[in-house]
Amino acid sequence: MSDIRRHTIAVLVDNEPGVLARVIGLFSGRGYNIESLTVAEVDAQERVSRITVVTSGTPMIIEQIKAQLDRLVPVHAVRDLTLGGKSVERELALIKVAGTGDKRIESLRLADIFRARVIDSTTESFVFEMTGSTEKLDAFIDLMRPLGLVDISRTGVVAISRGPKAL
Amino acid sequence: MTDQQPTGAEIVMKALADQGVDVIFGYPGGAVLPIYDALFKQNHVRHILVRHEQAAVHAAEGYARSTGKVGVVLVTSGPGATNAVTGLTDALMDSIPIICFTGQVPTHLIGNDAFQEADTTGITRPCTKHNYLVKDVDQLARTIHEAFHVARSGRPGPVVIDLPKDVQFAPGTYISPETVTHRTYRPQVEPDPKAVAAAVDMLETAKRPIFYVGGGVINAGAEASRTVTELVRTTGFPCTMTLMGLGAFPSSDPQSLGMLGMHGSYEANLAMHGCDVMVALGARFDDRVTGNLTKFSPGSRKIHVDIDPSSINKNVRVDLPIIGDAGRTAAAILAEWKRRKAKADRGALKAWWKQIEEWRARNCFAYEKTDQVIKPQYALERLRELTRGRKTFITTEVGQHQMWAAQFLRFEGPNQWMTSGGLGTMGYGLPAAMGVQIAHPDALVIDVAGEASILMNIQEMSTLAQYRLPVKIFILNNQWMGMVRQWQELLHGARYSESYSDSLPDFVKLADAFGAVGRRVTDVADVDAAILEMIETPRPFILDMCVDQKENCFPMIPSGAAHNEMLMGPEDRREATVSDEGMVLV
Ligand SMILES: Cc1ncc(C[n+]2csc(CCOP(=O)(O)OP(=O)(O)O)c2C)c(N)n1
Ligand SMILES: [Mg+2]
Repeated sequence: MSDIRRHTIAVLVDNEPGVLARVIGLFSGRGYNIESLTVAEVDAQERVSRITVVTSGTPMIIEQIKAQLDRLVPVHAVRDLTLGGKSVERELALIKVAGTGDKRIESLRLADIFRARVIDSTTESFVFEMTGSTEKLDAFIDLMRPLGLVDISRTGVVAISRGPKAL
Repeated sequence: MTDQQPTGAEIVMKALADQGVDVIFGYPGGAVLPIYDALFKQNHVRHILVRHEQAAVHAAEGYARSTGKVGVVLVTSGPGATNAVTGLTDALMDSIPIICFTGQVPTHLIGNDAFQEADTTGITRPCTKHNYLVKDVDQLARTIHEAFHVARSGRPGPVVIDLPKDVQFAPGTYISPETVTHRTYRPQVEPDPKAVAAAVDMLETAKRPIFYVGGGVINAGAEASRTVTELVRTTGFPCTMTLMGLGAFPSSDPQSLGMLGMHGSYEANLAMHGCDVMVALGARFDDRVTGNLTKFSPGSRKIHVDIDPSSINKNVRVDLPIIGDAGRTAAAILAEWKRRKAKADRGALKAWWKQIEEWRARNCFAYEKTDQVIKPQYALERLRELTRGRKTFITTEVGQHQMWAAQFLRFEGPNQWMTSGGLGTMGYGLPAAMGVQIAHPDALVIDVAGEASILMNIQEMSTLAQYRLPVKIFILNNQWMGMVRQWQELLHGARYSESYSDSLPDFVKLADAFGAVGRRVTDVADVDAAILEMIETPRPFILDMCVDQKENCFPMIPSGAAHNEMLMGPEDRREATVSDEGMVLV
């Protein structure tokens, strides 16, 4: 099908045991795919967590996913950030590159261009921290491959709508 | 208990009493002994001891569906909980409100592979509407009240409350139901008036309209069925029902086209195929109903009323979705229709009915009349005639007999018909009938069964005996897993792989062994007398009706086919026309 599109969906949930399993189980049980998923508590007093999930599907499937999410009892709100006006998305990655000599210098030079920060270094390795769009992270990681890339840890996408309004 | 706090187990009993629960279905075990002890010491709640936990859930389903109340189940940890899983899944698929308490090992042992430990909340997460593990006794009362709210509101469903044994012993605070509201769960019940007005616009101009009514109307309460009936009669439109919706509109009414779908009536399926405006009320466009989706009702604009937004546009794109309770929405449509003094397009409607009558004249449920062998359809027709005028509840098992029961019995009102529609669970009918009989001690409760299905929960005969429940088991004994045999005949070259019911018990002796009455009928001439004896006998009864072994259930929409591609009878073989795509469908 040609009308498959990537959507970023924000979900506010009660931070209670099993809630993440419910969300993940819904995706696996109904055959939807998860491209990325992040979760953390955003309101400690009310015990509310925010889940950001990136998924793809036809408009009908995306509509289903949102309705199914909304049906879960601990879910407060579901918003499609891809459809609901403009939003910003960011991802954070920690990237470890090992090597010496020219490759090491080249990795540092590229990191500078990409505004990645060095947060750990030894004589034979760097750990870069980088924040940006998924595409930008992908591009940087690809450049690091021939330069001694050994380990990657990524957070997955977090997203928020632009403008003054809350979810 | 003046200043002493109640224990968790006592809180359970108190919460049940405050929720108006008068009966629970259960089976004891180590992890629920404190609750059984609390049960022993009170007399608000009656406990029905089943013989298998699956049956406890089905019994609660029968109880719930025949009363409109929430059915309650109590089982132990581990095997008790896992045995309940089929029942929970059944209740989820058919949207039946159930609360199921499961015992759990004490909190400090959870995760240790303790004796009779199972990850009950993990296992039941996908087969419940919601579930809870209560680790703090002070949260117990709130959780139970919340669980009842979740089970019965919106689209109803089963809710599991997993209770570690230490929590059952611990003293805690009780709070009453009025003080509990759910933080977020508030399903939309009232329809959007703009959508209602748009629906009436569509109905007013419809040329070939149809109401397509599902189990959501039954779930919305008896009043909803009355409202839908009035709406259908006021508009003069035809009305078809799903397997789960039977009884929402009186089947004796000339505007009823009967059931639609795979084994539905010719007129219902062709009217669905040919309509120009379809009003789905509490129905979910299930694959048994729609047949081939790409060919489903191609020329119609569709209105879909459902309390569950995820049902909308799931299988079929609709033109006008209305989120709301089926009964309230039907009432709103009816009110708007009356306010406008709306009139249907009389001329068009007349032509539409003329067409429908032609389809109806095809008499699609006709079968061969013979006195050589008992036709299952004949047995059911006689059952229908001989129970006429009595307060009768029908449950079924799963198979051909279930479809024939849906085709040949008549339901004039809601809550009289209990069947496993979504999950298609063999073994549902007997325990469900038990639950119905508990709720309606004086009614005639009949489980229309197949000889294979009935063996799946036959142990419940013992429960019937213990509680003197005069449930009637009406076995259409064809010695085959008939529905399986039918598919093998039509789709697998008549290779009858493992579908013969070999080594059946003698059902008459089996009845006797369980303290029930058993009769076998092999002769057409004896059918009436045996049915009458069954009805008159105030005890559990097995009627072993030995029917034609070869009979198949028609009409049938083969897998992958459309509503207008029905097989009408045995002469109408279309083996060759079932597509590869159709073959993989169930
Ligand atoms: C628990 C379960 N297992 C298997 C099936 C598949 N199945 C559907 S109908 C059927 C045969 C039922 O035979 P019987 O109860 O004799 O009814 P009949 O079709 O002969 O009327 C089977 C095996 C099922 N629906 N449920
Ligand atoms: Mg059979």
